[in-house]
Amino acid sequence: MIAYLSNVLDAPRPSRRGFLKLSAGAVGGLLIGGMAPRSVAAADEDGSFAMPFVHITPENVVTVVSKHLDKGQGTATGLATLVAEELDADPAQITVEFAPADAEVYANTMFGLQGTGGSTAMANSFQQYREAGAAARAMLIAAAAEAWGVPPGEITVAAGTLSAGGNSATFGEMAKAAAGLAVPAEVTLKTPDQWVLIGKDMPRVDVPAKSAGAVGMYGMDVQPEGGLVAVTARCPCYGGVVASFDDAAARQMRGVVDVLQIPQGVVVIADNTWRAIQARDALEIEWDMAEAEARGTDALMEEYTALLDQPGNTAIDRGDSEANLANATAVVEADYAFPYLAHATMEPLNITVLYDGETAEFWTGSQIQTLDHNVGAAVLELDPSKVQIHTKWGGGSFGRRATADSHLVAEAAMIGSAYLASQGEARPIKLVYTREDDLHGRYYRPLHLHRVKAGVDAEGRITGWQHRVVGQGIMIGTAFESFTVKDGVDHSSVEGASDTTYDLPHLVLDTHHPSVGTPVLWWRAVGHTHTAYVMETMMDELAEAAGQDPVAFRLAHLKNDPRLAGVLTLAAEKAGWDQPAAEGIHRGVAVHKSFNSYVAEVAEVRMRDDGTVKVERVVCGVDCGVAINPDNIKAQIEGGLGYGLSGILREEITLTGGEVDQFNYPDYTPLRITDMPEVEVHIVASAEAPTGIGEPGTPPIGPAVANAVAKATGQRIRSLPFTKHGLA
Amino acid sequence: MVTFTLNGETRQVDVEPDMPLLWVLRDELKMTGTKFGCGVAACGACTVHLNGEPVRSCQTWIEDVEGAEVTTIEGVDNKAAQAIQAAWVELQVPQCGYCQSGQIMQASALLIETPKPSDDDIDAAMESNLCRCASYARIRKAIHRAADIMEA
Ligand code: FES
Ligand code: FES
Repeated sequence: MIAYLSNVLDAPRPSRRGFLKLSAGAVGGLLIGGMAPRSVAAADEDGSFAMPFVHITPENVVTVVSKHLDKGQGTATGLATLVAEELDADPAQITVEFAPADAEVYANTMFGLQGTGGSTAMANSFQQYREAGAAARAMLIAAAAEAWGVPPGEITVAAGTLSAGGNSATFGEMAKAAAGLAVPAEVTLKTPDQWVLIGKDMPRVDVPAKSAGAVGMYGMDVQPEGGLVAVTARCPCYGGVVASFDDAAARQMRGVVDVLQIPQGVVVIADNTWRAIQARDALEIEWDMAEAEARGTDALMEEYTALLDQPGNTAIDRGDSEANLANATAVVEADYAFPYLAHATMEPLNITVLYDGETAEFWTGSQIQTLDHNVGAAVLELDPSKVQIHTKWGGGSFGRRATADSHLVAEAAMIGSAYLASQGEARPIKLVYTREDDLHGRYYRPLHLHRVKAGVDAEGRITGWQHRVVGQGIMIGTAFESFTVKDGVDHSSVEGASDTTYDLPHLVLDTHHPSVGTPVLWWRAVGHTHTAYVMETMMDELAEAAGQDPVAFRLAHLKNDPRLAGVLTLAAEKAGWDQPAAEGIHRGVAVHKSFNSYVAEVAEVRMRDDGTVKVERVVCGVDCGVAINPDNIKAQIEGGLGYGLSGILREEITLTGGEVDQFNYPDYTPLRITDMPEVEVHIVASAEAPTGIGEPGTPPIGPAVANAVAKATGQRIRSLPFTKHGLA
Repeated sequence: MVTFTLNGETRQVDVEPDMPLLWVLRDELKMTGTKFGCGVAACGACTVHLNGEPVRSCQTWIEDVEGAEVTTIEGVDNKAAQAIQAAWVELQVPQCGYCQSGQIMQASALLIETPKPSDDDIDAAMESNLCRCASYARIRKAIHRAADIMEA
């Protein structure tokens, strides 16, 4: 079980510099359209033009090859837009396919490995995919120039057609000739004023199919001829292993093909998902709990609370917060508690494996293809060239499909291997997580406690800020540890707080990262999901202590961050912050930067008769640099804040004696339509490089709503979810 | 052996009587438009029409489908469904899309019952359908839009 991990660690590592590099402006420009190291375009046998990111068939279909997983965030359409813009293609002729696992060609330029996350898809591809489109366009022009005997400069391209004088041709007609030409060493990209697609609402490439059943699109829909289904019985306590089991009853059941033991548990293989689940229920298993994590959330809360009194590892320490707090005219002290949360993607986790002893293929919504590829190869002891990853559309992820240990691939590989050993034949096997498996599957947003003490002076300036964070570090103990953990501080626990741009000359923040067996993971917007809540509710309390308006108070402390101040001003203005709220409506505001994007949200809430809160409307100001597809940005802000609202209202994973208490949607309850607010999104016009949009809508909603609730009820909510306080 | 009509065609399946319709559709008939989300009638991803009514196929035993008419997302083509699907594309409702087969089946059944639904009608009909991507604001708008399309 552990052997494969050490192999993974030996596999090519993302460069530290690459992983931390956050400026899109510095990315790209080295490879023209990502063509190196394969510096020539290839003509397929059928006469297609094939470059790493762009294929054009003689039938005039332009296929954009997406190196990124699209799990709902609209990346496929974004990449198609970038290529189509520079290629001057007709958007109607574009399709998108997911790239194979190949880090040399398809690496995320910010990570150094092929993967999607941190809201980087557009930022790291902005230069690369436009260059790919421009290079392909130049080659099509060169081919037409040769065919027609005219200078390339006389050829114009628009909406997928090349023309010069009386000549005209589709891309498809020139594809074969273009494929034989040299790739240009340099291309000139359009200037923003020449854009015809970037900045316009582009209909998403996947929406028609997803409005017609999305047949066969997801990993769950993989139904190969002769395929089987696997479900695994796993120990209810993480880290427990099988001591013994009795599968006699299960083996008698209709459709059951085999029962296998792997390190993760006992696997039932059957010809139908339901039959596999029924047979799993019939297994009798004794678990060896010696190594299992047996602590429940109550025990963890006790340990964490004790740590709040102990000095931790320093994330930041500037000025003299102690002395300056002594000078404050008002001091606010508060403890906060944030529960474990599950991603609960609508598509439960799944993966299909086909392993014949010499080669292996995997079909799944792969989010870090490079790790999935390496882990698959390592577990099966195959050369990576013998392993293929087929990326399927993701039915949501929110971080869940990106694990440093690629545990899903590892489990599937072990099943493929055990099945081959047992049956002596290769069959495609789809490992399915039921919803219960998914919710019990760990890799949660980690439980965190915060303690803050901050003060304001008579002028309403924040004098000092002391902050302690206790929670499992997501990256600690993983292959990513060296990228984000420094001096014992996991940046993913403090991002959004230690790097705040509020004017806080006297700030100290330290952390404890207790060691807990339960694996944890990034959950849409990662550390910002709790740091923004703390920062922005505390700012509200300090504004109140200073007797100032919450927007004015924030702006007075944002002199060094004009973009953050800009979205706050925009949202406040559009929400009519200066006007009294409508009868029964209470407003709260929050503003936060994450993934290099700036989002302010003004929440308007009404208290229902039963004391619960209804968020009626949220007005957002967003600055994410160049707005490649404004309608998709709006959709991501709507969905992102809906996800954040869901998290604060009713979501909580608890453990009792190491076992997860929640089983399915009846007891883990994401947001439903009845709690969804109206959302208004206002985007700042910007010429800056594009930044993230999948996650930045999530962090501000919790504190904005909490601040509105404080207005309505006088109650400051410092432990989540709201159900704990009768508010949901 | 259970015989029923699926998207207008007669189908026969020889499975356990308590196998849920969802798994008959997905694993026996290899029709993947109807999605598995929870298996316990709590998310709506598996919604199909049974004799015109929206039901959770994960909690519908195949023996209870004997002689019935089942319509899935692959086969639904009444006026309400066409309007819903057109509005879904026009307003760009789906994100990950995994819940949307169920949303569309539920919403089209609503429009057949109530051609001009209010927000409260929409809440009542759609509350059983989860969307983890929280595309709800657009779902609501698109149902209103589909009602307009139907009226026109
Ligand atoms: S799968 Fe049937 S309601 Fe969730
Ligand atoms: S669109 Fe992703 S769950 Fe609804």
